[in-house]
Amino acid sequence: MSFINYSSREINCKIVYYGPGLGGKTTNLQYIYKKTNPEHKGKLISLATETERTLFFDFLPLALGDIRGFKVRFHLYTVPGQVFYDASRKLILKGVDGIVFVADSQIERMEANIESVENLRVNLQEQGYDLDKIPYSMQYNKRDLPNIAPLDEINKVLNPRNVTWFEAVAPEGTGVFDTLKSVAKQALFELKKKY
Amino acid sequence: MPGLDLVLYEEEFKQVDAELQKLHFQANSKVVFLVDKNGQLIASAGETQGIDTTSLASLTAGNIAATGGMAKLIGEKEFSILFHEGEKDNIHISVIGQRVILVVIFDQRSSLGLIRLRVKKASEILGRIFEDIVSKAEREREEGKVPESPFAEISDEDIDNLFK
Repeated sequence: MSFINYSSREINCKIVYYGPGLGGKTTNLQYIYKKTNPEHKGKLISLATETERTLFFDFLPLALGDIRGFKVRFHLYTVPGQVFYDASRKLILKGVDGIVFVADSQIERMEANIESVENLRVNLQEQGYDLDKIPYSMQYNKRDLPNIAPLDEINKVLNPRNVTWFEAVAPEGTGVFDTLKSVAKQALFELKKKY
Repeated sequence: MPGLDLVLYEEEFKQVDAELQKLHFQANSKVVFLVDKNGQLIASAGETQGIDTTSLASLTAGNIAATGGMAKLIGEKEFSILFHEGEKDNIHISVIGQRVILVVIFDQRSSLGLIRLRVKKASEILGRIFEDIVSKAEREREEGKVPESPFAEISDEDIDNLFK
Protein backbone atom coordinates (compact mmCIF):
# COMPACT_ATOMS: atom_id res chain seq x y z
CA MET A 1 0.00 0.00 0.00
CA SER A 2 1.92 2.97 -1.22
CA PHE A 3 1.75 6.38 0.35
CA ILE A 4 1.57 9.39 -1.93
CA ASN A 5 2.14 12.80 -0.39
CA TYR A 6 1.23 15.59 -2.79
CA SER A 7 2.32 18.20 -0.29
CA SER A 8 5.94 17.13 -0.03
CA ARG A 9 5.76 15.52 -3.50
CA GLU A 10 6.86 12.12 -2.33
CA ILE A 11 5.87 8.59 -3.04
CA ASN A 12 6.77 5.62 -0.84
CA CYS A 13 6.78 1.99 -1.91
CA LYS A 14 7.30 -1.02 0.34
CA ILE A 15 9.30 -3.92 -1.11
CA VAL A 16 9.62 -7.14 0.88
CA TYR A 17 12.36 -9.76 0.41
CA TYR A 18 10.93 -13.20 1.17
CA GLY A 19 12.44 -16.69 1.12
CA PRO A 20 13.77 -19.57 3.20
CA GLY A 21 16.23 -19.11 6.07
CA LEU A 22 19.88 -18.47 5.16
CA GLY A 23 18.92 -17.84 1.53
CA GLY A 24 20.55 -14.40 1.30
CA LYS A 25 17.76 -11.87 1.87
CA THR A 26 19.75 -9.85 4.38
CA THR A 27 22.84 -10.15 2.17
CA ASN A 28 20.87 -8.54 -0.68
CA LEU A 29 20.06 -5.54 1.52
CA GLN A 30 23.61 -5.34 2.82
CA TYR A 31 24.97 -5.23 -0.73
CA ILE A 32 22.45 -2.56 -1.79
CA TYR A 33 23.39 -0.55 1.29
CA LYS A 34 27.11 -0.88 0.55
CA LYS A 35 26.78 0.22 -3.06
CA THR A 36 24.33 3.10 -2.68
CA ASN A 37 25.55 6.68 -2.34
CA PRO A 38 25.15 8.02 1.19
CA GLU A 39 22.79 10.79 0.04
CA HIS A 40 20.40 8.19 -1.38
CA LYS A 41 20.14 5.86 1.57
CA GLY A 42 19.14 5.82 5.22
CA LYS A 43 20.42 3.52 7.94
CA LEU A 44 20.27 -0.24 7.46
CA ILE A 45 18.45 -1.53 10.49
CA SER A 46 18.74 -5.22 11.35
CA LEU A 47 16.70 -6.73 14.14
CA ALA A 48 18.75 -9.90 14.43
CA THR A 49 19.78 -12.46 17.02
CA GLU A 50 23.29 -12.61 18.45
CA THR A 51 24.19 -15.10 15.73
CA GLU A 52 23.03 -12.65 13.07
CA ARG A 53 19.89 -14.51 12.14
CA THR A 54 17.04 -12.14 11.30
CA LEU A 55 14.69 -12.01 14.26
CA PHE A 56 12.04 -9.57 13.08
CA PHE A 57 13.15 -7.68 9.97
CA ASP A 58 15.87 -5.72 8.23
CA PHE A 59 14.95 -2.29 6.95
CA LEU A 60 16.66 -0.09 4.39
CA PRO A 61 15.13 3.16 3.12
CA LEU A 62 16.28 4.27 -0.34
CA ALA A 63 15.56 7.57 -2.07
CA LEU A 64 17.03 7.03 -5.50
CA GLY A 65 15.74 10.10 -7.28
CA ASP A 66 12.76 11.85 -8.81
CA ILE A 67 10.16 10.84 -11.32
CA ARG A 68 8.08 13.66 -12.79
CA GLY A 69 8.92 15.91 -9.86
CA PHE A 70 8.04 13.30 -7.24
CA LYS A 71 10.70 11.96 -4.94
CA VAL A 72 10.52 8.17 -5.12
CA ARG A 73 11.35 6.32 -1.92
CA PHE A 74 11.64 2.58 -1.58
CA HIS A 75 11.44 0.95 1.81
CA LEU A 76 13.12 -2.44 1.60
CA TYR A 77 12.28 -5.05 4.23
CA THR A 78 13.38 -8.63 4.72
CA VAL A 79 11.39 -11.21 6.64
CA PRO A 80 12.91 -13.74 9.04
CA GLY A 81 13.25 -16.89 6.94
CA GLN A 82 13.19 -19.49 9.69
CA VAL A 83 9.95 -21.45 9.72
CA PHE A 84 9.00 -20.72 13.33
CA TYR A 85 8.95 -16.94 12.82
CA ASP A 86 5.78 -17.10 10.76
CA ALA A 87 3.84 -14.65 12.94
CA SER A 88 6.50 -11.98 12.27
CA ARG A 89 6.51 -12.69 8.52
CA LYS A 90 2.79 -12.03 8.34
CA LEU A 91 3.18 -8.65 9.99
CA ILE A 92 5.90 -7.51 7.61
CA LEU A 93 3.78 -8.30 4.56
CA LYS A 94 1.20 -5.70 5.62
CA GLY A 95 0.94 -2.96 3.04
CA VAL A 96 3.48 -4.52 0.67
CA ASP A 97 3.82 -3.11 -2.87
CA GLY A 98 6.21 -5.65 -4.34
CA ILE A 99 7.93 -8.90 -3.42
CA VAL A 100 11.33 -10.37 -4.20
CA PHE A 101 11.59 -14.08 -3.53
CA VAL A 102 15.20 -15.03 -2.78
CA ALA A 103 15.58 -18.75 -3.42
CA ASP A 104 18.57 -20.80 -2.33
CA SER A 105 19.82 -22.63 -5.44
CA GLN A 106 21.39 -25.54 -3.56
CA ILE A 107 19.67 -28.85 -4.30
CA GLU A 108 19.27 -29.67 -0.61
CA ARG A 109 17.35 -26.40 -0.09
CA MET A 110 14.72 -27.00 -2.76
CA GLU A 111 12.18 -28.27 -0.31
CA ALA A 112 12.72 -25.25 1.92
CA ASN A 113 12.21 -23.01 -1.14
CA ILE A 114 8.96 -24.72 -2.06
CA GLU A 115 7.69 -24.52 1.49
CA SER A 116 8.55 -20.81 1.63
CA VAL A 117 6.75 -19.96 -1.64
CA GLU A 118 3.69 -21.78 -0.33
CA ASN A 119 3.97 -19.91 2.94
CA LEU A 120 4.22 -16.63 1.03
CA ARG A 121 1.06 -17.42 -0.91
CA VAL A 122 -0.90 -18.26 2.25
CA ASN A 123 0.34 -15.25 4.20
CA LEU A 124 -0.43 -12.89 1.33
CA GLN A 125 -3.92 -14.33 1.06
CA GLU A 126 -4.50 -13.60 4.73
CA GLN A 127 -3.76 -9.94 3.99
CA GLY A 128 -6.03 -9.99 0.95
CA TYR A 129 -3.29 -10.13 -1.71
CA ASP A 130 -2.90 -12.61 -4.53
CA LEU A 131 0.59 -13.91 -5.31
CA ASP A 132 -0.48 -14.29 -8.93
CA LYS A 133 -1.20 -10.59 -9.27
CA ILE A 134 1.18 -8.70 -7.00
CA PRO A 135 4.45 -7.17 -8.37
CA TYR A 136 6.85 -10.06 -7.93
CA SER A 137 10.39 -11.02 -9.00
CA MET A 138 12.39 -14.17 -8.37
CA GLN A 139 16.06 -14.37 -7.53
CA TYR A 140 17.95 -17.67 -7.70
CA ASN A 141 20.79 -16.99 -5.31
CA LYS A 142 24.06 -18.78 -4.53
CA ARG A 143 24.76 -19.65 -8.19
CA ASP A 144 28.48 -19.84 -7.35
CA LEU A 145 28.08 -22.91 -5.14
CA PRO A 146 28.87 -26.40 -6.49
CA ASN A 147 25.74 -28.31 -5.56
CA ILE A 148 23.06 -26.25 -7.28
CA ALA A 149 19.90 -27.22 -9.12
CA PRO A 150 19.65 -26.45 -12.86
CA LEU A 151 17.83 -23.18 -13.61
CA ASP A 152 15.04 -24.67 -15.70
CA GLU A 153 14.26 -27.09 -12.91
CA ILE A 154 14.15 -24.43 -10.19
CA ASN A 155 12.07 -22.22 -12.42
CA LYS A 156 9.59 -24.99 -13.14
CA VAL A 157 9.10 -25.75 -9.46
CA LEU A 158 9.20 -22.29 -7.89
CA ASN A 159 7.98 -20.01 -10.64
CA PRO A 160 4.80 -21.34 -12.28
CA ARG A 161 3.66 -17.74 -12.88
CA ASN A 162 6.89 -17.27 -14.84
CA VAL A 163 7.71 -13.86 -13.44
CA THR A 164 11.04 -12.23 -14.24
CA TRP A 165 13.87 -14.10 -12.55
CA PHE A 166 17.55 -13.47 -12.00
CA GLU A 167 20.59 -15.53 -11.16
CA ALA A 168 22.47 -14.10 -8.23
CA VAL A 169 25.54 -14.29 -6.06
CA ALA A 170 24.40 -11.81 -3.43
CA PRO A 171 27.68 -11.24 -1.51
CA GLU A 172 29.34 -10.19 -4.79
CA GLY A 173 26.30 -8.28 -5.94
CA THR A 174 25.59 -10.35 -9.04
CA GLY A 175 21.91 -9.95 -9.86
CA VAL A 176 21.13 -7.89 -6.76
CA PHE A 177 20.34 -4.54 -8.38
CA ASP A 178 18.73 -6.21 -11.42
CA THR A 179 16.25 -7.92 -9.11
CA LEU A 180 15.49 -4.73 -7.19
CA LYS A 181 15.04 -2.74 -10.37
CA SER A 182 12.69 -5.34 -11.79
CA VAL A 183 10.37 -5.33 -8.77
CA ALA A 184 10.57 -1.53 -8.41
CA LYS A 185 9.51 -1.15 -12.01
CA GLN A 186 6.51 -3.42 -11.52
CA ALA A 187 5.48 -1.62 -8.33
CA LEU A 188 5.63 1.80 -9.99
CA PHE A 189 3.73 0.57 -13.05
CA GLU A 190 1.09 -0.76 -10.68
CA LEU A 191 0.67 2.82 -9.43
CA LYS A 192 0.37 4.01 -12.98
CA LYS A 193 -2.50 1.58 -13.47
CA LYS A 194 -4.25 2.78 -10.33
CA TYR A 195 -3.71 6.54 -10.53
CA MET B 1 -5.66 -5.16 -3.38
CA PRO B 2 -6.78 -4.66 0.19
CA GLY B 3 -7.65 -1.17 1.37
CA LEU B 4 -6.81 2.05 -0.35
CA ASP B 5 -3.45 3.67 -0.76
CA LEU B 6 -3.00 6.69 1.43
CA VAL B 7 -2.99 9.81 -0.70
CA LEU B 8 -2.41 13.11 1.05
CA TYR B 9 -3.01 16.44 -0.68
CA GLU B 10 -1.66 19.84 0.30
CA GLU B 11 -4.82 20.94 2.10
CA GLU B 12 -5.10 17.81 4.24
CA PHE B 13 -1.39 17.77 4.92
CA LYS B 14 -1.67 21.30 6.29
CA GLN B 15 -4.48 20.26 8.64
CA VAL B 16 -2.45 17.30 9.91
CA ASP B 17 0.67 19.41 10.26
CA ALA B 18 -1.16 22.14 12.19
CA GLU B 19 -2.59 19.58 14.61
CA LEU B 20 0.84 18.07 15.22
CA GLN B 21 2.37 21.51 15.82
CA LYS B 22 -0.40 22.25 18.32
CA LEU B 23 0.11 18.96 20.13
CA HIS B 24 3.87 19.46 20.22
CA PHE B 25 3.39 22.89 21.81
CA GLN B 26 0.60 22.02 24.24
CA ALA B 27 2.15 18.76 25.43
CA ASN B 28 5.56 20.36 25.92
CA SER B 29 7.09 17.49 24.00
CA LYS B 30 10.38 17.18 22.14
CA VAL B 31 9.10 15.57 18.98
CA VAL B 32 5.73 14.52 17.65
CA PHE B 33 5.28 12.45 14.53
CA LEU B 34 2.66 10.55 12.65
CA VAL B 35 3.31 7.25 10.92
CA ASP B 36 1.29 5.11 8.55
CA LYS B 37 0.68 1.61 9.95
CA ASN B 38 2.97 0.33 7.20
CA GLY B 39 5.87 2.31 8.63
CA GLN B 40 5.90 5.35 6.40
CA LEU B 41 6.39 8.73 7.99
CA ILE B 42 3.47 11.07 7.29
CA ALA B 43 4.39 14.26 9.16
CA SER B 44 6.41 15.46 12.12
CA ALA B 45 6.79 18.45 14.44
CA GLY B 46 9.42 19.59 16.93
CA GLU B 47 13.11 18.93 17.33
CA THR B 48 13.50 16.38 14.56
CA GLN B 49 17.09 17.38 13.71
CA GLY B 50 19.47 14.61 14.71
CA ILE B 51 16.69 12.05 14.86
CA ASP B 52 16.46 9.40 12.15
CA THR B 53 12.70 9.74 11.72
CA THR B 54 12.54 7.29 8.80
CA SER B 55 14.02 4.45 10.86
CA LEU B 56 12.00 5.45 13.89
CA ALA B 57 8.82 5.35 11.80
CA SER B 58 9.57 1.88 10.51
CA LEU B 59 10.43 0.52 13.96
CA THR B 60 7.34 2.12 15.49
CA ALA B 61 5.14 0.40 12.95
CA GLY B 62 6.97 -2.88 13.61
CA ASN B 63 6.42 -2.36 17.30
CA ILE B 64 2.69 -1.72 16.88
CA ALA B 65 2.39 -4.67 14.52
CA ALA B 66 4.16 -6.98 16.99
CA THR B 67 2.09 -5.89 19.98
CA GLY B 68 -1.03 -6.10 17.78
CA GLY B 69 -0.10 -9.70 17.06
CA MET B 70 0.31 -10.33 20.78
CA ALA B 71 -3.08 -8.73 21.46
CA LYS B 72 -4.82 -11.06 19.02
CA LEU B 73 -3.21 -14.08 20.66
CA ILE B 74 -4.83 -13.21 23.98
CA GLY B 75 -8.14 -12.20 22.44
CA GLU B 76 -7.72 -8.41 22.44
CA LYS B 77 -8.39 -6.32 19.34
CA GLU B 78 -5.21 -4.31 19.75
CA PHE B 79 -3.14 -2.49 22.36
CA SER B 80 -3.89 1.05 21.36
CA ILE B 81 -1.33 2.73 23.63
CA LEU B 82 2.33 1.85 24.22
CA PHE B 83 4.67 3.67 26.52
CA HIS B 84 8.44 3.28 26.69
CA GLU B 85 10.27 4.87 29.59
CA GLY B 86 13.94 5.77 29.26
CA GLU B 87 16.45 7.47 31.54
CA LYS B 88 15.95 10.85 29.92
CA ASP B 89 13.53 10.49 27.07
CA ASN B 90 10.26 8.61 26.88
CA ILE B 91 8.12 7.55 23.96
CA HIS B 92 4.33 7.49 23.95
CA ILE B 93 2.78 5.63 21.01
CA SER B 94 -0.91 5.46 20.20
CA VAL B 95 -2.99 4.12 17.35
CA ILE B 96 -5.54 6.44 15.76
CA GLY B 97 -8.54 5.08 13.90
CA GLN B 98 -6.76 1.75 13.25
CA ARG B 99 -4.88 3.43 10.45
CA VAL B 100 -2.17 5.80 11.68
CA ILE B 101 0.20 5.87 14.63
CA LEU B 102 0.92 8.95 16.71
CA VAL B 103 4.32 9.07 18.41
CA VAL B 104 5.30 11.60 21.06
CA ILE B 105 8.82 11.82 22.45
CA PHE B 106 9.17 13.80 25.66
CA ASP B 107 11.53 14.38 28.60
CA GLN B 108 11.27 15.82 32.11
CA ARG B 109 9.86 19.09 30.76
CA SER B 110 6.56 17.25 30.38
CA SER B 111 4.79 14.38 32.13
CA LEU B 112 2.99 11.21 31.16
CA GLY B 113 -0.29 12.61 32.47
CA LEU B 114 -0.07 15.72 30.33
CA ILE B 115 0.97 13.71 27.28
CA ARG B 116 -1.95 11.32 27.70
CA LEU B 117 -4.42 14.17 28.04
CA ARG B 118 -3.16 16.09 25.01
CA VAL B 119 -2.75 12.97 22.89
CA LYS B 120 -6.34 12.01 23.59
CA LYS B 121 -7.61 15.37 22.40
CA ALA B 122 -5.36 15.47 19.34
CA SER B 123 -6.30 11.88 18.46
CA GLU B 124 -9.96 12.78 18.16
CA ILE B 125 -9.20 15.59 15.73
CA LEU B 126 -6.61 13.62 13.73
CA GLY B 127 -8.98 10.66 13.62
CA ARG B 128 -11.63 12.84 12.02
CA ILE B 129 -9.17 14.27 9.50
CA PHE B 130 -8.14 10.79 8.40
CA GLU B 131 -11.73 9.60 8.26
CA ASP B 132 -12.42 12.48 5.89
CA ILE B 133 -9.39 11.61 3.78
CA VAL B 134 -10.50 8.01 3.42
CA SER B 135 -14.15 8.80 2.74
CA LYS B 136 -13.15 11.43 0.19
CA ALA B 137 -10.92 8.90 -1.60
CA GLU B 138 -13.73 6.33 -1.59
CA ARG B 139 -16.24 8.88 -2.86
CA GLU B 140 -13.95 9.96 -5.68
CA ARG B 141 -13.31 6.38 -6.63
CA GLU B 142 -17.03 5.61 -6.77
CA GLU B 143 -17.66 8.67 -8.89
CA GLY B 144 -14.85 7.56 -11.16
CA LYS B 145 -13.03 10.77 -10.43
CA VAL B 146 -9.32 10.03 -10.46
CA PRO B 147 -6.93 12.71 -9.29
CA GLU B 148 -4.49 13.98 -11.86
CA SER B 149 -1.66 11.55 -11.62
CA PRO B 150 2.04 12.21 -11.79
CA PHE B 151 2.46 8.58 -12.80
CA ALA B 152 0.18 8.38 -15.82
CA GLU B 153 3.09 9.21 -18.11
CA ILE B 154 5.70 7.17 -16.29
CA SER B 155 8.03 5.30 -18.64
CA ASP B 156 10.65 2.55 -18.50
CA GLU B 157 13.24 5.24 -19.04
CA ASP B 158 12.14 7.18 -15.93
CA ILE B 159 12.65 4.10 -13.81
CA ASP B 160 15.95 3.19 -15.48
CA ASN B 161 17.20 6.68 -14.60
CA LEU B 162 16.60 6.01 -10.90
CA PHE B 163 19.06 3.13 -11.01
CA LYS B 164 21.87 4.82 -12.94
